Amino acid sequence: MSIKISDVSFKFRGKLALNNVSLSLSPGFNVLLGPNGAGKSTLLSLLTAQRPLQSGTLTYGTHDINQHQRAIMAQIGVVFQQTTLDLDLSVKQNLTYFGALHGLTAKRVLDNLSPVLESLALLDRLDDKIRALNEGHRRRVEIARCMIHQPQYLLLDEATVGLDVDSRKLIIEHIRALAKTSSLTILWTTHLMDEVQEDDALFIMNQGEIVTRGQCGQLLNHYKQENVFDLYRYLTHPEGLI
Amino acid sequence: MTAYWTCFWAILSREILRFFHQRSRLLSALVRPLLWLVVFAAGFRSALGVSIMPPYESYILYQEYIVPGLCAMIVLFNSMQTSLSMVYDREMGSMKILLMSPIPKSFLLFSKLVAAACLSLLQVVIFLILANIVDVEIPWWGFLYAIPSVFLSAFFLGALGLILSNFIKQLENFAGVMNFVIFPMFFMSSALYPLWKIQESSLLLYWICQYNPFSYCVEMIRFSLYGQFNLNASLVVIGCVLITGIIAVVTFTPKK
Repeated sequence: MSIKISDVSFKFRGKLALNNVSLSLSPGFNVLLGPNGAGKSTLLSLLTAQRPLQSGTLTYGTHDINQHQRAIMAQIGVVFQQTTLDLDLSVKQNLTYFGALHGLTAKRVLDNLSPVLESLALLDRLDDKIRALNEGHRRRVEIARCMIHQPQYLLLDEATVGLDVDSRKLIIEHIRALAKTSSLTILWTTHLMDEVQEDDALFIMNQGEIVTRGQCGQLLNHYKQENVFDLYRYLTHPEGLI
Repeated sequence: MTAYWTCFWAILSREILRFFHQRSRLLSALVRPLLWLVVFAAGFRSALGVSIMPPYESYILYQEYIVPGLCAMIVLFNSMQTSLSMVYDREMGSMKILLMSPIPKSFLLFSKLVAAACLSLLQVVIFLILANIVDVEIPWWGFLYAIPSVFLSAFFLGALGLILSNFIKQLENFAGVMNFVIFPMFFMSSALYPLWKIQESSLLLYWICQYNPFSYCVEMIRFSLYGQFNLNASLVVIGCVLITGIIAVVTFTPKK
């Protein structure tokens, strides 16, 4: 199931945050790479219907977001850039609360999640309050939470920013494994270039526009760049400003 | 239907859990009306005489008169506080999670309002027990009759709070809501003085109080606490529930 974004523009406080963006995301691991302020989070907020579309179309499979918003919400798992956990509730309470918002009972939530919780090393932290967890563990809880309702699409907005090396590694390996073993369509937005691999579907975004797209390895050959950092610099700072 | 029930129950339990985690909130919710009852009302007891007026069948003490107003005050503060916690939820991001639910937004907001109403009811019951302990006589069965009145008032005031929360960008602006919404609503109503007494001192103030929907919440609760039904007040509050409820759902914005 693919996600299609066609001719989407978005103005925020009079400033053009997205300019005629078109993307097609296929099942697997898709990376949206761009500097801070490129428009990645704005695009995510449109993909998750947190903001209304101003122009263009957005479809999940055959469902248009304006017409089938509720059906789409049932199929999306999201990790937002900002932590969205309730600090005063425990890990288990946060997970079952989110599951209930999707109409799932606590038992079903824990049944659905037990392999995920195990692979994210969260099984022994279920009764801990979120406030007592470090950033890395909070992120893991959010990753687990986005899988509760067994979605078709995963959208992760800078999910590893600010985490230590071990947590980053655990999370990105977990998501990559999901991309390989399932039919999920995953959108991973980041500004961290070391998170991109040569066989990833890569979209580079700058100043509200998609500046290039394609398989990362092919893009490196096409632009005759040695690595993702050089490619990124070449496309986002053509004047060599950095 | 089971999905809706599960969702409703989760929102209700979360609000209750959060309320009990914030012990200072429960304490301040009870201390505020108790101070009015024990200190303010005791001081004014001899200065203010309340003549026989419905629903009272004999002369009453001022403390007894202001108990329904203080119940309404509890509902007012709690409803506003719960609704304005939406601003906090928006700032902290948990609003995004709520709105990722496939359940309709109107049902989610309704569940939030029911949760707020349950918390208001709980606080009103505790306050009435404490009021009885300090010798203010309200019929013990009064709170049973007051349940629908408290619920309706909480719905109206909660929906009003939701509308306000759309215009508040930061939690710090709660002080503005206190000064420009909560206090005027409370003071310019029949919560502390009967309207005929206000009419004697200022006709303008009397008309403001007459048009203040909070006065109708107070009167609806007052009558129900004595097992009586005030049709006029109930109709006004139901009308306010419908109007503010619709506006709250239509104007609700998840993001600022």
